[in-house]
Amino acid sequence: MSGTFVGMPAFPAAAREAVRDTTLRGNLRHATHTIRAKRARAVAELDDWERLRQAGKRIKDRTLRHLDRYLVQLEESVTAAGGVVHWAADADEANRIVSELVKATGETEVVKVKSMATQEIALNEALEAQGIHAYETDLAELIVQLGKDRPSHILVPAIHRNRGEIREIFVREMGEWGRPAPEGLTDTPADLAEAARLHLREKFLRAKVGVSGANFMVAETGTLVVVESEGNGRMCLTLPETLISVVGIEKIVPTWQDLEVFLQTLPRSSTAERMNPYTSMWTGTTDADGPRAFHLVLLDNGRTDTLADEVGRQALRCIRCSACLNVCPVYERAGGHAYGSVYPGPIGAILSPQLRGTGSEIDASLPYASSLCGACYEVCPVAIDIPEVLVHLRERVVEGGEAVREGNKVRLRPAKGHAAERAAMRAARWALTRPGALRTGQRLASRTRRLHPRTLPGPGKAWSGTRDLPPVPAEPFRDWWRRTRGGKDGGA
Amino acid sequence: MRVALFLTCVNDTLHPDTGRAVVKLLTRLGVDVDFPEAQTCCGQAHYNTGYRHETEPMARHFADVFRDHDAIVTPSGSCGAMVRELYPRMGERARSEGRGDGLATVLAPVVQKTYELTEFLVDVLGVTDVGAYYPHRVTYHPTCHGLRSLGLGERPLRLLRAVKGLELLELPGADECCGFGGTFALKNADVSAAMGADKVRNAEATGAEVLCAADNSCLMHIGGTMTRLRTGMRPVHIAEILASTEEDPAV
Amino acid sequence: MSSRERILGRVRRALADVPPDEDAPVERDYLREHGERTVEETVDLLAENLADYRAVVHRTDSEELPHLIMRLLAQRGPQYVLVPPGLPPEWMSAADPTRVHDRAVSTARELDQVESVVTGCAVAIAETGTIVLDGSPDQGRRRISLIPDHHICVVRVPDQVVASVPQALERLDPARPLTWISGPSATSDIELDRVEGVHGPRTLEVVLVR
Repeated sequence: MSGTFVGMPAFPAAAREAVRDTTLRGNLRHATHTIRAKRARAVAELDDWERLRQAGKRIKDRTLRHLDRYLVQLEESVTAAGGVVHWAADADEANRIVSELVKATGETEVVKVKSMATQEIALNEALEAQGIHAYETDLAELIVQLGKDRPSHILVPAIHRNRGEIREIFVREMGEWGRPAPEGLTDTPADLAEAARLHLREKFLRAKVGVSGANFMVAETGTLVVVESEGNGRMCLTLPETLISVVGIEKIVPTWQDLEVFLQTLPRSSTAERMNPYTSMWTGTTDADGPRAFHLVLLDNGRTDTLADEVGRQALRCIRCSACLNVCPVYERAGGHAYGSVYPGPIGAILSPQLRGTGSEIDASLPYASSLCGACYEVCPVAIDIPEVLVHLRERVVEGGEAVREGNKVRLRPAKGHAAERAAMRAARWALTRPGALRTGQRLASRTRRLHPRTLPGPGKAWSGTRDLPPVPAEPFRDWWRRTRGGKDGGA
Repeated sequence: MRVALFLTCVNDTLHPDTGRAVVKLLTRLGVDVDFPEAQTCCGQAHYNTGYRHETEPMARHFADVFRDHDAIVTPSGSCGAMVRELYPRMGERARSEGRGDGLATVLAPVVQKTYELTEFLVDVLGVTDVGAYYPHRVTYHPTCHGLRSLGLGERPLRLLRAVKGLELLELPGADECCGFGGTFALKNADVSAAMGADKVRNAEATGAEVLCAADNSCLMHIGGTMTRLRTGMRPVHIAEILASTEEDPAV
Repeated sequence: MSSRERILGRVRRALADVPPDEDAPVERDYLREHGERTVEETVDLLAENLADYRAVVHRTDSEELPHLIMRLLAQRGPQYVLVPPGLPPEWMSAADPTRVHDRAVSTARELDQVESVVTGCAVAIAETGTIVLDGSPDQGRRRISLIPDHHICVVRVPDQVVASVPQALERLDPARPLTWISGPSATSDIELDRVEGVHGPRTLEVVLVR
């Protein structure tokens, strides 16, 4: 994934910074709470929501369980409709393919529709290294690009910025990239949107190459679908002469009819709308309408490794709606950057350590970036049991075991940092399968209770830095029970 | 009916009052409650921290201890969810690892007969008015496992509404996690504490004297935050409220 | 080995646990439409949902249609109005502005000079307040309903109206380039709150014609 994130500190350290940043906390709280309430209303409008959710899960599972077949079918349909299909095993290969395709057109700039896949492979940086400028056209992506920032949310990458900050970035940076921000720009969202309209219009009108991702690819028809709001997607998908779409292999749905589920669940889950303003669907190329050349780059980049894990593969059902981010109490306080990946929040915490492996400090810490409260699972429109996968990945971190990396079976060792914890867990298990040992420990604690401090030194500070410890009672329950037979012998 | 109290290791060690309250309450309702002394721990902390294989002997021990009872009642939403939701999953995982049906078969008998306390009261005993008296302003925090894994829904609230003298105040943002999350409270202490502080502020805003929940692990975190923030509020387990009567009130 | 073979090989190895003969059709127990409505009520719902997302809705009959279009254009006062090649000529029979017929050679820059566009549509979805364009002759190329700032879209009611998304997909041909439009362009990118008006037409007027 993106080089931008290499060397990220582990989640707890990054989150600590965010928790103390009151502006960031305020921005995130405001945005996530606004959308949470709206999503709940949009979902409540459909009395068959749970059935749609389960159907979405089933469709995606069916796709994943026969992915080889659907990939081949998709390739045939896209080719038959006039498109060219490319296969990229990893980020480097995808970047190489796109660079070569752009170079072949003789152009040195491309306009981009917001796409998680191209963020994931750091396409913009790769193109820049080849002398090709990539312009982000989604408003939030534009804010991130102009601010030389990193995305912190799947749907709204600039969610960590408030209107005042956005205005400042526009005033300062737009002139560097093209048309400057209008004189006297205010921080009202309407004015900021207008500034983006003016700034980008020039780029749309002269663009010869567009780069996109896709929300869905229909195997039986070869149709690609992009769901958006602003119209920048339509601009990039229809005005250039060449369109290059980089799409993860898991974005397939088998049939045209399958779209009827996701076109109901995705908008309501992501922007809390009955329907998003614009959805574009195209099948290959069309005479005299839109790009004359269409290239589809199918991206693996860790997806097949994820698919090989029977528990973890459900993460590939994700349709990138962001509902799990918006309800997550940890995301709300830690912010997106702490996740060290273009995929933040609960889904990022299970996706990044699978796509990239659990080798790095940040990836090994992500499965723990959750209190397992389950709010993410509850809102997920394809019913990904995120807590289940988090716990499964914790197991991979502490116990190691078999996994697949770049298509090869590997045996992972238990993570080094967990040795003391592992020993403690083992000791606790020993004691907790022996009632006598537990009782001895409890009595010891009760007898020494007056000596217990209310705050702890060393690792215990993690608790007592912010919370008092409960006092240890004079006797454990089991001693009372034994003494009184459950109060029957008096002496309550 | 042979009813076993599965108190949980945390309650047994740190919150014996909750255990006594459950015994008092169930006895008052005519249930002959037993406390199998061989019980220890369901293994939830091990499992959720990633030590599934270490959890298996604990789960087997649990199944062994409670095998012969007709119902197992626990005053902990998260430990109840561990048995009901995660024991079957552990059995399935063992099977998919090629270790056969052994674990699933051993665990199956205890899964269906395990009830969280408020479930047992409302669904099995069919009572919502347990004859309790608790003259305090109370707000209720539905803990995550109770809310989402077990689906306790309105049960605790129905029980609380029937308590004489109790004024129930609605907790803003009730369904948001308090930030405990087992080892999460230690591994991500800053985020955990921030969540706890927000929960406590919301509780304070209700004007309640008592925040009540059906899980002492969450209450330990919330209570520890309350005293640190000097709120003057107290955390109380729902069992202690339901056990309280005019003759024998809880303090 | 090509990357195609490499990826397909990885997929097959990853799915070693899936029985080869497993492929039950997906169970679809969700609703084909939400609620029961008469044809008239469905059209009303369409109007309501279009307006909810800030489309301006007008209702008329085929006789009055040319006058309504004339008035809508007169209010904006454009010099030029873009029309797709197969737009029924009578729709524009009362309109004043100079008609610009979209041609394959019209560049995006040329289209950017035109203020308004008038099109038909392929289908409209009541539950979501959506109109779908499929590039038929009365709708034209995708770009003509995108670049001008003012889009007037004529929907023939009740024939072109369906209740739900599933019903719309049944009517549409995936081989055609499709554009689903629900209100004027908008964004939620600033503080996750919706604001209308970014790159697509900032004014969408939908004429329901009987």
